[in-house]
Amino acid sequence: MSELRISDLHVDVLTESGPKEILKGVNLRVGSGEVHAIMGPNGSGKSTLAYSIAGHPKYVITSGSVTLDGVELTHLKVDARAKAGLFLAMQYPIEVPGVSVANFLRTAKTALSGEAPKVRTWVKEVNAALERIGLDGTFAARSVNEGFSGGEKKRNEIAQLELLNPKFAILDETDSGLDIDALRIVSEGVNRYMAQGDRGLLLITHYTRILNYIKPDFVHVFVDGHIVAEGGAELADRLEVDGYDRFVKAAKVDA
Amino acid sequence: MTVTTAVPNLAEAVETSVASNLHPVASFDLADHPVPNGREEVWRFTPLRRLRGLMDGAPSDARLGWHANLPAGVTRTEVSTADAIALGLPAPVDRPSALAVAESGGAVVYEIAPGSQLAEPMVVELSGNGLEQTVYGHLVFKIGAHAGATIVLRHTGSARFNSSVSVLVGEGAHLNFVGLQDWADDAVHLGHVGIRIGRDARVRTVTASLGGDLVRLVETSEYDGPGGVLEQFGLYFVNAGQHIEHRLFIDHNQPHTRSRVDYRGALQGEGAHSVWVGDVLIRKVAEGINTYETNKNLVLTDGCRADSVPNLEIETGEIEGAGHSSTTGRFDDEQLFYLRSRGIPEDEARRLVVHGFFADIIRRIGVPDVESRLLAAVDKELEILVGIPLEVAK
Repeated sequence: MSELRISDLHVDVLTESGPKEILKGVNLRVGSGEVHAIMGPNGSGKSTLAYSIAGHPKYVITSGSVTLDGVELTHLKVDARAKAGLFLAMQYPIEVPGVSVANFLRTAKTALSGEAPKVRTWVKEVNAALERIGLDGTFAARSVNEGFSGGEKKRNEIAQLELLNPKFAILDETDSGLDIDALRIVSEGVNRYMAQGDRGLLLITHYTRILNYIKPDFVHVFVDGHIVAEGGAELADRLEVDGYDRFVKAAKVDA
Repeated sequence: MTVTTAVPNLAEAVETSVASNLHPVASFDLADHPVPNGREEVWRFTPLRRLRGLMDGAPSDARLGWHANLPAGVTRTEVSTADAIALGLPAPVDRPSALAVAESGGAVVYEIAPGSQLAEPMVVELSGNGLEQTVYGHLVFKIGAHAGATIVLRHTGSARFNSSVSVLVGEGAHLNFVGLQDWADDAVHLGHVGIRIGRDARVRTVTASLGGDLVRLVETSEYDGPGGVLEQFGLYFVNAGQHIEHRLFIDHNQPHTRSRVDYRGALQGEGAHSVWVGDVLIRKVAEGINTYETNKNLVLTDGCRADSVPNLEIETGEIEGAGHSSTTGRFDDEQLFYLRSRGIPEDEARRLVVHGFFADIIRRIGVPDVESRLLAAVDKELEILVGIPLEVAK
């Protein structure tokens, strides 16, 4: 049984006019086997939550903690967090010209497991993972994300999720910009990952659409840098009908 | 301290409709190329004190070691300087190249027969064996109409070398020209590569400068008819104390011609200095042309200096497109973050990024042996930065 625990997390983003507080005390516990959806309007800090857990240098954790099976992640370097079992599927995956997908994945796998995967079986594994997600074999030889369409970049993130198989994954708006077929294929990949039974998922999304394919065990409504409401899958259904307005107004009254 | 210059977009470029002094008149006459004092626009970046007398013009009959294959379809001749000039070569653009032509005692001419497609790359290896004597070299490649060829010109060893290389590309010919400056640490090389591109010909050049104490290459290109296409790729890796300078001039003197330039450099160590100057002239007759130049510099440590100066002179507005970009900076934090978020340690992530930065150019060479040697050379340079060899999966 694994656990990702976020406790009273406060995060500043560095801007030209000085630090600005984005996360204002986030508390969340994700157990293995659980899918948690974080839903909120634009600008509520959802992506900041994802990036600060993963250790992006633009964000500064001012207080609070994030632990993975008791290990404090906030003190670790970015790559050490990944080694501890964390994975972030990014909203805007980065292009790395001249570095092939195959080389990138092999380097990552080697770093994570401490030994280089066997060349023959690894190539097969990579190609199989890419094909499962609808990327043909030519993608392994292409530069990471370079010239990929928006949908192909998202598929590539999920192929990485399956290949690197972390303990916990954060998907940052993986669904945005996907057409309905791509959404289904990507969701199937995520469901295969979760079907292992001992993995945890934090699914950050703006829309309820993806929740038709990936069933959340818990839904958290995120407004103004913290969680303002929590419930089961039914909370997402209510959001679908009512939108975020009610929560945004309530947050303003509180402030 | 790191000093970097960057011209991010067209708006800051020099754009003028009058003849400028950016590219002096080409001439075979040495009198037209006085000894520079270092304040001239074209010499202001070059540390003249480190030329070891290369500009003096002292006569010398020393030669570089010469090793070349001769694929079927290629003939080699040696001709007098006058006969070489009579071939209609692009004239020297500065004193070193004028000296190279005047003092070489003739030229070696490689001629590829019209219509012949070389089955293998033609490789010319020039090697120096010391700094005692100045060496002059004059080399001509003449590619016949509709011929197809890959030519590799590689420099190694130790030398004080003034060179002039002329590349005459016939109508409809396809040429892939690879120039490697793989010198020993103490070499000084001043060179001019002058390319003339025939009607509808396609020319791709790859210039890689890794070694040498001071390397200054001037690469000029002009067209001999409409429809010519030029692609120029370059890479340089500059270590502590090294000066590596590439000056490009593309003369769009014919309509409906194209040019693409992509030069990339990495610098590391105290006193590493790179210069890239990309001049493009679009003459009044050059309607319908398209040109784009880019130069990217990665500054890996403190104490380096990268000068990057793109210039566009546009004398007609009736063109398809013209632009350039130049960036000089440190690592892209987003790239590093992405790689590290997959568990790749910072050192290794840096190395992957630099490796990729150059692999992106190297993969266009099209000569597997040269590609793998250059990738290995880049990775060796990166060992200086990080200290552990990189395993690269095929």
